Amino acid sequence: MTEPITWTCTGCALLCEDIQVFIKDNRVEKVEHACLKGKARVYRCKHTAISTVDQDEVDVNTAISQAAKILEKAKNPLLYGWSNSTSEAQVAGIELAQTLGACIDSTSSFCQGITINEIMNGSVPSCTLEDVREKADVVIYWGADPMSSHPRHLSKYSYFPRGELRQRGYEEDRTAICIDITESRTAKICKGMFFSIPPGGDAEFMRALMDGLAGRVPKLSYDFDVKRILELAAVLKKAEFGVIFVGLGLVYSIKEEFDLISEFMSTLNKFSNFFLIPMAGHFNMRGFNHNLHEKTGFIHRVAFTKNGPVPGVEYSVVEQLKHGADAVMVVGSDPLASLPLSITRRLKDIPLILVDPCSNLTSRVADVTIPCGASGIEVGGTAVRLDGRKMDISPLIRGNGLSDEMVVRRIMEEVS
Amino acid sequence: MTSAMEIYQLLPKTNCKKCDESTCMAFAVALLSRTKQCTECPPLMEEEKYIDSRQKLETILKPLEGAEETGLIIHEELCSGCGNCVVACPVNVANDPYGSGKGFGPTNGKVIFRVENGKVKAANIEECRRFGKDRILCRACIDPCPTEAIEFV
Repeated sequence: MTEPITWTCTGCALLCEDIQVFIKDNRVEKVEHACLKGKARVYRCKHTAISTVDQDEVDVNTAISQAAKILEKAKNPLLYGWSNSTSEAQVAGIELAQTLGACIDSTSSFCQGITINEIMNGSVPSCTLEDVREKADVVIYWGADPMSSHPRHLSKYSYFPRGELRQRGYEEDRTAICIDITESRTAKICKGMFFSIPPGGDAEFMRALMDGLAGRVPKLSYDFDVKRILELAAVLKKAEFGVIFVGLGLVYSIKEEFDLISEFMSTLNKFSNFFLIPMAGHFNMRGFNHNLHEKTGFIHRVAFTKNGPVPGVEYSVVEQLKHGADAVMVVGSDPLASLPLSITRRLKDIPLILVDPCSNLTSRVADVTIPCGASGIEVGGTAVRLDGRKMDISPLIRGNGLSDEMVVRRIMEEVS
Repeated sequence: MTSAMEIYQLLPKTNCKKCDESTCMAFAVALLSRTKQCTECPPLMEEEKYIDSRQKLETILKPLEGAEETGLIIHEELCSGCGNCVVACPVNVANDPYGSGKGFGPTNGKVIFRVENGKVKAANIEECRRFGKDRILCRACIDPCPTEAIEFV
């Protein structure tokens, strides 16, 4: 048997660094410790992408030149995706946006960007996943189902492992709480501590919980046992080190009044010691926010104008795809599969460039497709985990093509 | 999962003792614990009126064939490779405290559960707390499984 390679998994934003991969003749033979998502990532895509212009196969240099021409000609190009790319590729992408005077946005725009923004500007306290493993005694999954989205979340960090201060692990030392609209897989594990709320009832539940913490009788417009809220408030008050994992369910439910999160956290922290961690999905979604923040001071939805970088909702991928962008370059994403048709319908009318290792739904309508090496498999670099820790990613096997960073840099050479 | 009563309903229920068990219910329990086979019940195998029951019995007893000595069955098609059982199993923790016990993948070969190619696999089954003379009814790997991929028969 060949010796295994220790690898950092890029299947999701947990970036598990203990995966053992057995490789023979540049092919993956076996992967140990990775969940199904990680395994799928290792074995890559079923159909690899080919370089095309107007759906006809061409060599990669022609495709890159055509992409450069499209972007140069466009008055208001949009560069979108980036969450499945290494930080190095993201930095190259930001530089390209600067050169072109383009809008740049990532999937965080309609995902956890709003939570990451609160953490990065210091409105809410956050901690690392190592802190969670070693110290946390109360964990709340709010609008999140890590058992489906990040399968090793509970077993590697948040509930099952024995930590420095939690030697008896989940059996006695930890309490897992799930607040969700549906009895998810995570809710099944939390058993008696599952709080089922109606869709859109998060803000009201949060206010009721704040009342409970302050010793007032909580009031809710929907049917919910008030005693259970008071019991939950008592558990939160007793916590020595608590963590709230914010899922998309909560973000989408309260995004109109997101200040409530910081209000809730400061109320909670008058009685206890709680931290917040966003449940980012793609492996380097948070990395894009960090890299763009470093360059511009903003985390997403940025337009590079003559007066410098400007942030705004109107520069988000959703608004730009609906109206605004006259050419789009997508890197490592599949907007036609992940966004509603009402938003992506315009993609068939405007020039579309796709840089991706796999053939997907978007590549079927793209004017130019450029294949690249899969990040974390054929291409190494750095990435930022969902809690903000920077991790090194080493490539597993040798790839034949260019990395996404090299594709972006080649386009940049041709346009400047 | 199949119960002894479910098996009993498909047996002749005549308590003929031809299988060397005192009652059909005792034979049903023996079938469930895999100490007896269907073929050891002569009326069930020979008499025509029991053909339907025999076929049903063979279908419901089929999953038991894959069970380990402790009765462990892993339904790989349900497993998502989350590793909850790997970290929760007390034997894994005792034999690999700084690997499995801390949430990492197992670092030695003495553990019962490990995840390979995204699915959990069992080994060293003689270490299981359900094995041998002093066995106890441990449920540490069943309860944390969100997909009910692990069961004991």
